[in-house]
Amino acid sequence: MSTTEERLAAEKRMKYERVGLDAVDDRLGSSGFIQKALDKIFPDHWSFMVGEIAMYCFVVLLITGVYLALYYVPSAADVVYHPTPGHGYMPLAGQHMSEAYQSVLNISFNVRAGLVMRQMHHWAAVVFMAAIAFHLCRIFFTGAFRRPRETNWVIGLLLLLSVMLEGFSGYSLPDDLLSGTGLRVVFSIVESIPFIGTWLAFDLWGSQFPGSSLIPRLFVVHEFLFPLAIIGLLTAHLMLIWRQKHTDFPGPGKTETNIRGSRLWPQYAIKSGALLMIIFGVLGALGGLFQINAIWLYGPYNPYTVSAGAQPDWYVGWLDGSVRLWPHWEFRSFGHEIANPFFPGVLVPGIVFTIMFAWPQIDRLIYKDHVAHNLLDRPRDKPFRTAVGVGALAFFTDLTFASGTDLLGNDLHMPFERLIEILQYGVFVAPLVAGAIAYKTCQALQRTDAHPIMKPVGGILIRTADGAYHTLGDEHGAHGDHDGHGHAVDDHDGNGHAAAHDDDGNGSADGNGHAAEEVDEPAAGAAISGPDPSGS
Amino acid sequence: MTTTDRPTASGDHSYAGYDEDDDPKVKLHYGIDPHDPWPDDVPRGQDDSRWRFQDNPRLARRAELKIAFCWTLTMLSGIALAIVYCVGGQPQVEGTMLFVGFVGLGVGLILWARDLLPGTEVTASRGTHNISDAAKREAAVEAFNRTVDPIARRPFLLRMLGLVGGVFGVAALFPIASLGDRPHRTLYKTAWGPGVRLVDQDNNPLKPADIAVNGILTVFPENNIESPQSSTVLINLGDAPFDVRPGTVGWNIGGLVAFSKICTHAGCPVGLYNAQTHQLVCPCHQSTFDVLKGCNPVFGPASRSLPQLPLAVNNAGYLISSEGYQQPVGPGFWNRA
Ligand code: HEM
Ligand code: FES
Repeated sequence: MSTTEERLAAEKRMKYERVGLDAVDDRLGSSGFIQKALDKIFPDHWSFMVGEIAMYCFVVLLITGVYLALYYVPSAADVVYHPTPGHGYMPLAGQHMSEAYQSVLNISFNVRAGLVMRQMHHWAAVVFMAAIAFHLCRIFFTGAFRRPRETNWVIGLLLLLSVMLEGFSGYSLPDDLLSGTGLRVVFSIVESIPFIGTWLAFDLWGSQFPGSSLIPRLFVVHEFLFPLAIIGLLTAHLMLIWRQKHTDFPGPGKTETNIRGSRLWPQYAIKSGALLMIIFGVLGALGGLFQINAIWLYGPYNPYTVSAGAQPDWYVGWLDGSVRLWPHWEFRSFGHEIANPFFPGVLVPGIVFTIMFAWPQIDRLIYKDHVAHNLLDRPRDKPFRTAVGVGALAFFTDLTFASGTDLLGNDLHMPFERLIEILQYGVFVAPLVAGAIAYKTCQALQRTDAHPIMKPVGGILIRTADGAYHTLGDEHGAHGDHDGHGHAVDDHDGNGHAAAHDDDGNGSADGNGHAAEEVDEPAAGAAISGPDPSGS
Repeated sequence: MTTTDRPTASGDHSYAGYDEDDDPKVKLHYGIDPHDPWPDDVPRGQDDSRWRFQDNPRLARRAELKIAFCWTLTMLSGIALAIVYCVGGQPQVEGTMLFVGFVGLGVGLILWARDLLPGTEVTASRGTHNISDAAKREAAVEAFNRTVDPIARRPFLLRMLGLVGGVFGVAALFPIASLGDRPHRTLYKTAWGPGVRLVDQDNNPLKPADIAVNGILTVFPENNIESPQSSTVLINLGDAPFDVRPGTVGWNIGGLVAFSKICTHAGCPVGLYNAQTHQLVCPCHQSTFDVLKGCNPVFGPASRSLPQLPLAVNNAGYLISSEGYQQPVGPGFWNRA
């Protein structure tokens, strides 16, 4: 570039800044904030992207959802379907259906680009839940929920609940046979709640099932209540992340008191915007190419028909499975009854979510760790927590399989009775086995220090002519990327790894002589004022 | 602390946060005493104004071309989208074009940021990490305590406020009741009763001969097909040995029996009939009912038999119910007795 060009560019830049930023600052005094915001540092790790993926799925849901809402008719009124060839779905011609169902057929067949919008919306919901589930696992297995981020764990779980309910209410809006059957089961679950169930069910549905109030009510819930809740909670979630700053994995030069990564502007912002584009693209492809929830194949809902092999969306599967696996218990006495669906439909999820909400406290008791953390745990360094998490995943997997017993039974040529029995034992056995395997794997990984999903660490050992050894390809001496702080011990003494850093801000991981046995050592070395346990 | 007329709080720091901080065994703040200055590991000689290909114009030029290529794809797919839309729309093409367009845009942006825009990895202090020093904490407590004494001086008002909130709050909950009908006896009732004709889903009355041996038919009370609780299955068992339980004598007409179609587990229609085993299976959670044993549950989560509908034939030869169901149909609920 010539100097003139450079000067011209510089002049241009100055002018732009004067005009833009000065005008704002004159009114808000915001330059300090803007500079801090643009310079804010975000650690880079692929797993930190999953929360963003969830967020961007939500953006897609809002956009496509508004489009769908312009056509959807929230009415349970009975109509007869009169499609014209080329405009509508002929096999259903002449059938009775609700106006809601008809309007969804219209979106799918008569509104140009409507089907893509509708399928993108549904795919976005499915991917959204998958991203949230993965995000939750990331937070759990790395201990990102520990002090000071317990609040964000709770907000996150409220988000999870809101999104599940939002998803379920949306799934029910088309009033097709599949979702209607799901609603029938939910009505029975609500009905089964002791003391208030019957009244609660009638208040939610407006009358005996199915009634005609539910569809318009679901519309309000799905279009207004839960989206509002999600937006509010998400705002709080992001504000806390902004304020508390993101965690990071331990590594050379990373400490509890510093943060490393790219700045918001331009790297993080542009890459994040690119991620949004890619999510749009992928969901567009899914919506255009892969059929989802083809309600015209299920037919309109009526209370006396059901299609075999009814499947809810995947994230409700574990609840459906729980309802299938719970034994035929019911309690009747004194003229009252606790009906069967209460236990698997209310009690089980109630216990599951209570444990999840309480986990930061439980974890604190287990590890007697009251310390604040900015550096994450590697899952292997907390074998017990990892085992609990893997056990929980096995539990959910077993229940999710249970929700497909009829289909699976066909595929496996096994009577569904056998399959259900196997899965009933599996609810108890699978988590224990999976947990035990995870525990042992963690211990083994600690010993080898190999990374299961990243490039191996270490280097090539060279023997020089004079008999000395040194390693090639590893500037830090004996160890690679993950040999930083706080990696040493499965810490039960309450000090956490923070202790290692009070005298040392940066880069102490260089050249420490980390030995295999150290991992199994009790945390004696981590006393507050003690030397760095890894002996640098 | 600044004025002397606030006797409480100053001098004693026994609010919740402080106990933990002062306990030497509990190091809450990254092992750093919040009273001490925060260690300031300032960035070490970092230059984040450089971009990747700054010193290599040839590679920079190539990166620029790559980005231009990506965005050209986006533009082309935009045009394609518009055309497809104008000629009537086609989901697969639309999906493909959305994919190419958006991913092209995104990949181009990533390449731009990675290769041609400044910003390398930087390290900086986390700052004070949202932990205030003792003076600020005290000042905050002080601000609160401004009202503690004046409020404590009026315990009556405080209690009154609680009471008022409670009463008014409960009153505000009442409109919830208008959301739905009271259940009353709805869940006990169906549209069946003495002399109600059985009809199929087109409201045609049925005669015993209309249903073949091993046949199954969903039937409804005449003119009440929509009645949510009333759907019933009519099964012709032929001469299979049907076990007439006490209290149900005369409810079947030979091999012809009728049971509620609403699963006693969670209310799905029990629609799958296996004529070999004479079992009804609910498609929702696979509860299985043995028709020969009065639709007793033999497998799955249901714990009650499907209620049986007493059948009869009227003078004109049509099937009727001689009475309604003798117990509530469908799943259980709290006040089911
Ligand atoms: C609607 C659903 C959610 C969205 C859109 C969302 C979004 C995000 C984003 C963008 C981040 C920062 C990037 C990252 O670490 O991935 C984040 C961090 C976090 N999320 Fe979520 N999240 C959601 C649900 C949850 C759930 C279910 C939990 C756990 C129960 C959770 C707990 C956390 C925590 C503790 C952090 C801080 C992580 C750290 O600093 O390392 N979030 N979330
Ligand atoms: S509803 Fe019939 S088995 Fe659950």
